[in-house]
Amino acid sequence: MSVLVYIPTHDGRATNAGLEVASYANAISSGSDVVALVSGDLSGDGGIGSTGVSRVLHYATDINDNSQISKLVTSAATTEGAHTIVFSGNNEGKAAAPRVAISMNAGYVPGVTSVSGGKSFTRNVFSGKATAVVDVNAEVSVVTITPNSFGIKDQGAADASVEAFSAEVGDSKVTLNSFTPTSNDGSVPLPEAVRVVSAGRGLKGPENWGIVEDLATALGATTACSRPVGDMGWRPHHEHVGQTGITIRPDLYIACGISGAIQHLAGVNQSKVIVVINTDPEAPFFKAADYGIVGDVFEVLPKLTEAIKAL
Amino acid sequence: MIIDSIITRLNSYICITEKYISDYLFYRMKLLVCVSKAPDTTSRISFTDGGKRFDESGVQFIINPYDEWYALVRAIELVEANGGSVTTVTVGDATCDPIIRKALAIGATDAVRIDAIPTDSVQVASLIANYSKNEGFDIIFCGKETIDHNSCAVPAMIAECMGLPYVAIATSIEVSGSESTLVAEVSGGTNNVTVNGPFVLSATKGMSEQRIPNMRGIMSARSKPLIVVDASDVSKMSEVNEFKLPPVKGDCVLVDADNAAELVRLLREEAKII
Ligand SMILES: Cc1cc2nc3c(=O)[nH]c(=O)nc-3n(C[C@H](O)[C@H](O)[C@H](O)COP(=O)(O)OP(=O)(O)OC[C@H]3O[C@@H](n4cnc5c(N)ncnc54)[C@H](O)[C@@H]3O)c2cc1C
Ligand SMILES: Nc1ncnc2c1ncn2[C@@H]1O[C@H](COP(=O)(O)O)[C@@H](O)[C@H]1O
Repeated sequence: MSVLVYIPTHDGRATNAGLEVASYANAISSGSDVVALVSGDLSGDGGIGSTGVSRVLHYATDINDNSQISKLVTSAATTEGAHTIVFSGNNEGKAAAPRVAISMNAGYVPGVTSVSGGKSFTRNVFSGKATAVVDVNAEVSVVTITPNSFGIKDQGAADASVEAFSAEVGDSKVTLNSFTPTSNDGSVPLPEAVRVVSAGRGLKGPENWGIVEDLATALGATTACSRPVGDMGWRPHHEHVGQTGITIRPDLYIACGISGAIQHLAGVNQSKVIVVINTDPEAPFFKAADYGIVGDVFEVLPKLTEAIKAL
Repeated sequence: MIIDSIITRLNSYICITEKYISDYLFYRMKLLVCVSKAPDTTSRISFTDGGKRFDESGVQFIINPYDEWYALVRAIELVEANGGSVTTVTVGDATCDPIIRKALAIGATDAVRIDAIPTDSVQVASLIANYSKNEGFDIIFCGKETIDHNSCAVPAMIAECMGLPYVAIATSIEVSGSESTLVAEVSGGTNNVTVNGPFVLSATKGMSEQRIPNMRGIMSARSKPLIVVDASDVSKMSEVNEFKLPPVKGDCVLVDADNAAELVRLLREEAKII
């Protein structure tokens, strides 16, 4: 019996999302082998061994189609007799993992946020306004881990043995024409960002975003925005966080000129530390915040940027 | 009497044959939109039955925003431009009927409700797949996720049950004949993809704009077909053992607007976050 983790590679290495999934699998394995199924170019084991994985099954072709990924994972899980199959809860994981649940006749628990035992898993529901303990009633469990909820845990240097793995994955009926990166400024994509600086209608107009970007650069943070800001085209759509946008879980979320409407909070209330900067002391966001400044963003943000640069 | 019934029957045969011939001669899109019921976004979340069940008392229900704003409206737009029909399908009991009528008022052609209380994604997806199997839909539209369960699971599961391709988290779709071109959100960017033949998609922001039903839509929705079908026997693979509310945040520490350095110190020394 084993725990199987699915890890796609990027530039010849395991992705951070993949290493996080491997760390989680190690924590729940309680004696079972942790086996990693790695797809794509793998020039070295890239740290997979040090997360506690004992064996790596390597499928050398890069595949993107969720139906092919599902066939690959199902084949490995069957060969290995896996009782738990773990994916990252990023968009690729969310697309392929439910298919595996169907093909393995398994129970599916997406968005797991913490380690628990056996066939019980804790996940977020109601857009972060509650958690649920879900019991799987099937022999096999398929789970996805909310990115950044667990982190990469280094178990010390160790090599995992790498074996070539092959499977019949069928043809893809989805043709990829092109890929467009969201940000070409090299910043971390929002769902994986550890620090986020976000701004709302309080910024008055798109021409004022310089002070938000300066703070983000000083902190090494990714920028985000409230929905009206995305809707009015002040900022690109993909920056919109909240109930109808992206859900994020950074270590630090700084909200500038955002009122803190319940739909906005739903996307950010799982952040570890929330800082709010707003002129209105009655803004609802202060109730969800750890630290706050009642003040004008146009004055506070430049000072904050300076103070961070002075570190 | 007998003659009458023969004539009626002949008439209906003629109707069916005409529809068959016209469907064959003029390609008409046949779209399915999976529509679920969700608590209004401002609802107070609480639980009853010792934390086992969501407390629905006093809660206003809406169409899940992703299903309404993005999946349904885009499907209606495509049919308005190309001809065809938009059917909605909902797994749920009669409490779903008001939101289904709203979907019809927005512009769906007809609606199907599979009469079962949704328990887990495997059950919902199997029921929808069993119903869709023989209906010949060109595209099955879903929302990205329900705002109560946030699973993003049902669309991929429908695709797997039916052996169809699945395009996840799509922000746009254009259709030309049997070929669809979509933009979909993936880690670090977007993919532009083409699919040939039937498939399943999940829709997110960007697909279309919210549409408020007008008076004509609301009136005509009353007479549009809402067919209730019995649920086939499918198993569920998981169940919620307990819901919990998150711990309440402590009081917010306020820092003076002139003292940005103090905030930075707190973030570094107290919160240990920078
Ligand atoms: C179904 C539904 C789904 C929704 N989904 C989302 C979602 O996913 N994400 C989302 O964000 N919203 C969402 N909304 C919208 C949400 O309800 C709010 O309307 C929105 O979040 C408000 O955005 P805002 O805080 O930027 O603007 P406002 O509410 O206008 O707030 C601006 C804030 O800036 C402050 N301010 C003004 N000037 C300054 C200054 N100089 N310095 C500092 N502070 C200043 C004001 O005091 C105010 O608090 C949704 C709404 C609905 C109905
Ligand atoms: N009970 C249901 N009836 C019809 N469609 C549903 C139901 N539950 C989920 N869906 C569809 O599947 C999508 C994703 O739901 P979920 O996997 O629960 O997050 C939703 O946006 C709907 O389009």
